[in-house]
Amino acid sequence: MRRISLTVNGVQHEGMVEPRQLLVYFLREQLGLTGTNVGCDTSTCGACTILVNGNAAKSCTLLAVQADGAEITTIEGLASNGEMHPLQKAFHENHGLQCGYCTPGMIMASLDLIANNDDLNDEDVRIGLEGNLCRCTGYQNIVKSVQQAAGEMRSPAST
Amino acid sequence: MAQVAEQAQKYVGGGILRKEDPELLNGAARFIDDMSIPGMLWVSFVRSPFAHATINSVDTSRAASMPGVKGVYSGTDLADEWADGLPCAWPVTEDIKAPKHWPIAKDKARFAGDAVAVVVAETRAQAVDAAETVDVDYEPLDVVVDMEAALQDGATKVHDEFENNSSYVWNLDVGEVDQVFNDAAVVVKERYYHPRLIPNAIEPRGVICQPNPAQGEYTLYSATQIPHILKVTLALTLGLPEQKLRVVAPEVGGGFGSKLNVYAEEATCLALGRKLGVPLKWIETRSEGYLATTHGRDVIQDMEVAADENGKIVGFRANLLADMGAYLQLVTPGIPILGAFLYHGVYDCQAYSFTCTGVFTNKTPTDAYRGAGRPEATYAVERIMDALARRVRKDPVELRRLNFLEPFDEAREVITGLSFDSGNYGAALDKALDMFGYDELRAEQQRRRDAGDDKLLGIGVSTYIEMCGLAPSQVLASLRYVAGGWEAATIRCHPTGKVTVITGTSPHGQGHVTAWSQIVADELGVDFEDIEVLHGDTAISPLGMDSYGSRSLSVGGVALHYAAEKVITKARTIAAHELEVSEEDLEYSSGTFSVKGAPDKSKTIPEVAFSAWTAHNLPEGTEPGLEETHVFDPPNFTFPSGTHLCAIEVDTETGMTNILKYVAVDDCGTAINPIIIEGQVHGGIAQGIAEAMYEEAVYDENGVLMTSSMSNYRVPSAAELPTFETDRVETPSTTNPLGVKGIGEAGTIASPPAVVNATIDALLPLGIDHIDMPVSPERVWAAIRNASGSSVDARGTDATAAGSGVGSADTPGGEA
Ligand code: FES
Ligand code: FES
Repeated sequence: MRRISLTVNGVQHEGMVEPRQLLVYFLREQLGLTGTNVGCDTSTCGACTILVNGNAAKSCTLLAVQADGAEITTIEGLASNGEMHPLQKAFHENHGLQCGYCTPGMIMASLDLIANNDDLNDEDVRIGLEGNLCRCTGYQNIVKSVQQAAGEMRSPAST
Repeated sequence: MAQVAEQAQKYVGGGILRKEDPELLNGAARFIDDMSIPGMLWVSFVRSPFAHATINSVDTSRAASMPGVKGVYSGTDLADEWADGLPCAWPVTEDIKAPKHWPIAKDKARFAGDAVAVVVAETRAQAVDAAETVDVDYEPLDVVVDMEAALQDGATKVHDEFENNSSYVWNLDVGEVDQVFNDAAVVVKERYYHPRLIPNAIEPRGVICQPNPAQGEYTLYSATQIPHILKVTLALTLGLPEQKLRVVAPEVGGGFGSKLNVYAEEATCLALGRKLGVPLKWIETRSEGYLATTHGRDVIQDMEVAADENGKIVGFRANLLADMGAYLQLVTPGIPILGAFLYHGVYDCQAYSFTCTGVFTNKTPTDAYRGAGRPEATYAVERIMDALARRVRKDPVELRRLNFLEPFDEAREVITGLSFDSGNYGAALDKALDMFGYDELRAEQQRRRDAGDDKLLGIGVSTYIEMCGLAPSQVLASLRYVAGGWEAATIRCHPTGKVTVITGTSPHGQGHVTAWSQIVADELGVDFEDIEVLHGDTAISPLGMDSYGSRSLSVGGVALHYAAEKVITKARTIAAHELEVSEEDLEYSSGTFSVKGAPDKSKTIPEVAFSAWTAHNLPEGTEPGLEETHVFDPPNFTFPSGTHLCAIEVDTETGMTNILKYVAVDDCGTAINPIIIEGQVHGGIAQGIAEAMYEEAVYDENGVLMTSSMSNYRVPSAAELPTFETDRVETPSTTNPLGVKGIGEAGTIASPPAVVNATIDALLPLGIDHIDMPVSPERVWAAIRNASGSSVDARGTDATAAGSGVGSADTPGGEA
């Protein structure tokens, strides 16, 4: 067992983990942050996407020990003061989710995509989200949601 | 009660945003793997790596001594747990061969992935580790993978107790079929292979069993579409008193038919919970699910159409081989029968023949997958329509128009004896052609052909129909389905004015909570936000038939409408009594009863609910409380229809295909929530395009699944899919008072032939008139090379390459 210490959604956590423990299960089972989902065992689906030090990462591909000292953001950390994040709001307003299982990963991946690209057309969004699979929506409303959020997040009036 | 339908609609028909979303968006929703129970143990299954093998022995001793292990059981160890095998609820013929299907195999493994032992341990990792050490002595047997080979004399049998691998032959003949085909001026015959598909709901399956030994009660949580059906069937399989079993579907992350089953893992977790008296949890890994969760399709179709020289159709004849896999799961044999009545599409004819042979092979069992039987039917019909159009040298659109059933708004009987509820196929087609720019695209196609362009353009048409709203119980009886097709709804009006709705449907992404709230808000004049919709727990909603086959709205939503009518009827009695007028003197609109001519004298539903609760002044014979239940058994199916058009560009140098335009105009009857409808259409089309272009479960000759994980089975991402242009026409269904038809599967049913017809249309100048799905670049490229007489390297002909498919009848589609 190894001791790790990391910041998740702004809160400092310490934990004892087996060296083979995956980060996604540390978050889900030790910290109780079950919003990050697991949809595959081949790093394909992206349901487990989180931000590690500001960059999107599939938390099923990282060991918990690799996250020692990291700053992590999960879906639970997006809303502030009870207000939905622009991405959450956009997914809601554009029917960007159906069963919602892919949604946390999809939103975290979109966050990274918007942060790292000043200008995104629909094709860029589609390619940018290539690592996140959704079986319900056909993606069209996800693209729409990301575009709306990108617009809001960049406009000076946004918080 | 026309009064309900006539009132002002505030919510129904509006694009109301979903109530379900907030907790799914902030991570608070509880899916099965998000739940845990103190003291819970973990379950892991040992699965056969062989597609067919005798199990000589199972040595559990080493696994039993592994850290944290609490028990290891073979199929023989658990044999006494079962009162019966896993259920098949649809034995489609009287003489069907339906094998016993034990949750854990005892004597033989019959597909790669068949569970042969199970381990219980303290943690997930310990259970998995121990499962790897169970020592099973297998004796591999010959394997049957291909359906046609399986039906040969002397073929290895999947089940020794039967004389061969044919499970059943189901037939429907109407009219003088042979004569009509013999006399017809034109007969076109083609053979289509419909690939085997892996459903891939993004949430894997999972089960938690929570026993309460003191009371002999059990709660089973499962990522399922069918908690109600599970309760009945698992009680029978385990010999458990049904009243002691509660089944809960928590938040469920998609199903598409793959969670419409009674699985070995559910039965085993329940049996182990009973045996050990402790809570247990099993979560499927994705790769495990590829083997252990039912697959879809896998059908060879010989399709024929007979017509006069102008293309006016006189008959359809379809002959199917449908792969059952190794066992009959819940409705495995019935899947082709859901399409059996639709092999004439939206076209008139005089003679009709459908025959299906169900075939056992050493592969994962098939069962429902989005569309279930209707995609196969639609694909065969719409492909053969294009083939006929080519034969009689007509534009595919013109040929369809020539053969359409005339518009009708009263139910009309068709050749199969079914009554289509309403339809106007030309209206959807016209709208779609307009949105698509059909004539311009045809002109562009010609320009490119004339110029000898490398990038050819193809246009695909699909004017589909499907059949949903499952189902009138008596019709199900005539088809030998063992359960009914009704649905239940309860409306409870609380004294504080709030409303609880209890539905027997079990949503897993479809937005029932929102749509059901819209219906009740309008009918009872209560605030949308004041309505709570409960579902998916047999203790809360004791009556239900669950969600599949696009039935939820057209059966469950209609049950809700009738429950609202009952609430209004009772409330009217109470309101009249309190207002001291006769019931006839009351007008009802949007939740308010007012006295005719004296509108200031009125009572609202919440006011009546309060009076009904205090019961201080109720009319003689009226029971206190305002709560009503209705169980609706639909008098008929519903028949959504529409037109899907696809324009594809094919690069003849590389075989790469690119969808340039996709237009869908669907008729799902009256719309309750256009936003949800559009979402269902998008998702359905995406799955259909995936089926047409990307996905195929491929087995090698030993019955090993080659596409064994999500990394080598191509579920398309956003990058592989186009933008869809969608619209609707509305011909209200005559089957139910809401006029609704259903939209959950339409996109998946309509789109594959649109895509494949477009691809073939592009390649016609090269002499190619047939390609099987998936029309992957490899296949298209190989077809181009073959057509030009060039040799094709192993990449194009290798039967095991993804996109080629063992069992595929990949022959050019010649006609008779
Ligand atoms: S769980 Fe599928 S990529 Fe991580
Ligand atoms: S919303 Fe269901 S998988 Fe994306």
